[in-house]
Amino acid sequence: MKRFAGRIAHAAFVLWAVATLTFLLFRLMPGDPTLNFLSDSFSEEMRADLLESFGLDKPLPEQYLIYLGSLLQGDLGVSFLQKRPVLDILLAALPNTAALTITALVIAYAFGIIAGAFLAFARGTVTEGIAIPAALITRAAPEFWLGMLLLSWLSFAWGIFPSAGANVAGSEFTSEWARLTSADFLWHLILPALTLALYLQGLPLLLMRATMLEVLNDEFIVMARMKGLSRWAIVMRHAARNALLPVATAFALGLGSSFGGNVVIETVFSWPGLGRVLVSAVQGADYPLAQGAFIMIAAVLVLMNMVADLLYAWLDPRVSVGARR
Amino acid sequence: MPGASAMRRRPLPGFVGSGLGFLRKQPFAVAGLAIYLTFILLAIFADQIATHDPREILFRGAYRVARYLPPSATHYLGTTAGGRDVFSQLVHGTRSALQVGVTAAFFVVVIGTLLGLLSGYLGGWVDRVIMRISDIILGLPFLPFVLVISALTRPGTTTLVASVALMLWPNTARVIRSQVLSLRERGWVEAARVTGCSTPRIIFVHIAPQVAPLAALYGSIAVGWAILTEASASFLGFGDPNAISWGLMLQDAFANQALSRGVWTWFVPPGLCIVLLVLAGFLVSRGSEKLLFPKLGD
Repeated sequence: MKRFAGRIAHAAFVLWAVATLTFLLFRLMPGDPTLNFLSDSFSEEMRADLLESFGLDKPLPEQYLIYLGSLLQGDLGVSFLQKRPVLDILLAALPNTAALTITALVIAYAFGIIAGAFLAFARGTVTEGIAIPAALITRAAPEFWLGMLLLSWLSFAWGIFPSAGANVAGSEFTSEWARLTSADFLWHLILPALTLALYLQGLPLLLMRATMLEVLNDEFIVMARMKGLSRWAIVMRHAARNALLPVATAFALGLGSSFGGNVVIETVFSWPGLGRVLVSAVQGADYPLAQGAFIMIAAVLVLMNMVADLLYAWLDPRVSVGARR
Repeated sequence: MPGASAMRRRPLPGFVGSGLGFLRKQPFAVAGLAIYLTFILLAIFADQIATHDPREILFRGAYRVARYLPPSATHYLGTTAGGRDVFSQLVHGTRSALQVGVTAAFFVVVIGTLLGLLSGYLGGWVDRVIMRISDIILGLPFLPFVLVISALTRPGTTTLVASVALMLWPNTARVIRSQVLSLRERGWVEAARVTGCSTPRIIFVHIAPQVAPLAALYGSIAVGWAILTEASASFLGFGDPNAISWGLMLQDAFANQALSRGVWTWFVPPGLCIVLLVLAGFLVSRGSEKLLFPKLGD
């Protein structure tokens, strides 16, 4: 329990540091943040008013305290361009990113775990000779390029899947949940999720194979073999269970990093998620929105890093949380 | 110190010695090195190999820009929407890819190894500070951070390389650190300490060579990461707009409806080149992994 609290305190420290770094990054970088927002026709007075309304006229330490205070209250400010609260914009995009990431990770890990487990048995065969380089290739390919290939093939050439967006334009739903479970949404989800899954599956596959190879040499597997258990029973009931440990950790880590890493996939498929919000905010010099999106992506990452650590300690009692670093 | 030379004897890294024999046993690593070599040659002789100036807007006949030309004997991979030769862009793109990959990897390895050595050997507050900083960096989302930095400063290759190096050194530093933690308890380090070697000498002369292969391994992976990051950032419009790079080619193709027009010869080759170059790093590192950790690789 004490370790648990320690790990949470550590995550809180990292979050604070990331928030501070973000603040400094957006305030101290060369260039006036309002410059892109204001047109030349604005008078000096209007400019001053505007700076005041965003709190940019106060001294830096005071700005920092206000910033931290509002962050704690979940207030991320108001978007320069959209004139809406940043949090609203982010919360509208979050379900799309979550749906994409979770679907892709589940497909990738389900496939990777099973394929990896069986590849461990296929040592030195032709299957292995093809599968390992293939897995490495998918990890070496830029995600957006994989997306472009699938898009041009399945969407433009064959016309099976829609090429952009998360819903048909103009469609309306009674609730967010109804939208996320609608056939239309799922239809739009398939291609980006497949692309992301294709990119992600290499890691669980190689990880599962490597740990399986280690586990298969353990005494309890030899014991299971001597008992005459079937291959399937040995793989699934004895070996895989123990080999799943690092894979489970990787899943949590993958969830955290994919939230931010989706930036390119969301762009290729015009998927209205957090990454797209970040990219367009940065391109449009919409600093409050860019800052908010960045902090939200970072918060998910820090949170999942923590979950991964705790999961690791919980699944393997031999490891203590503190001992890992 | 007459006794010092005898004391300094320590297990050879074994990297050079078994190198040749290892190449024969490691087809993966050999394939990776062959890919590297091919791209290096392409980059060196890019001017001779390319058939056109990659930036030149080509015309056909009376002032008509040579857009979307299909592959032919003069344009091996056709032309872009802007009337530029795809093959020549591809060849010249090798230069920026290698440049970005190698410089970023160099900084990752140097910073990561240096901080890992200091952190592991000195311990105490140095260790705590370095590890806390690496914790914070690992809490930053990689690509979004690179994008924000590029947007807030001047977008370009230097910014990209610097942010990739800044984001990737903690992984190397942590691995090096844990290696140093075990190395510093070994007899020959103890012996060096007893004979009065200075701390910097122990760190850089006695321990550093032992972790060099491990650092090289992380370097070869960093090459790939840097190239992928450059491609992604360029694709999103945060690269150096004047550079000729595979990422920019893909962005150009994507923005000009190459997908719906089915111009495969434009958007498939740059991606394939990225895959090959990044894959080469993986193959080399997998091969050397077996050399470094023979127990794992049987």
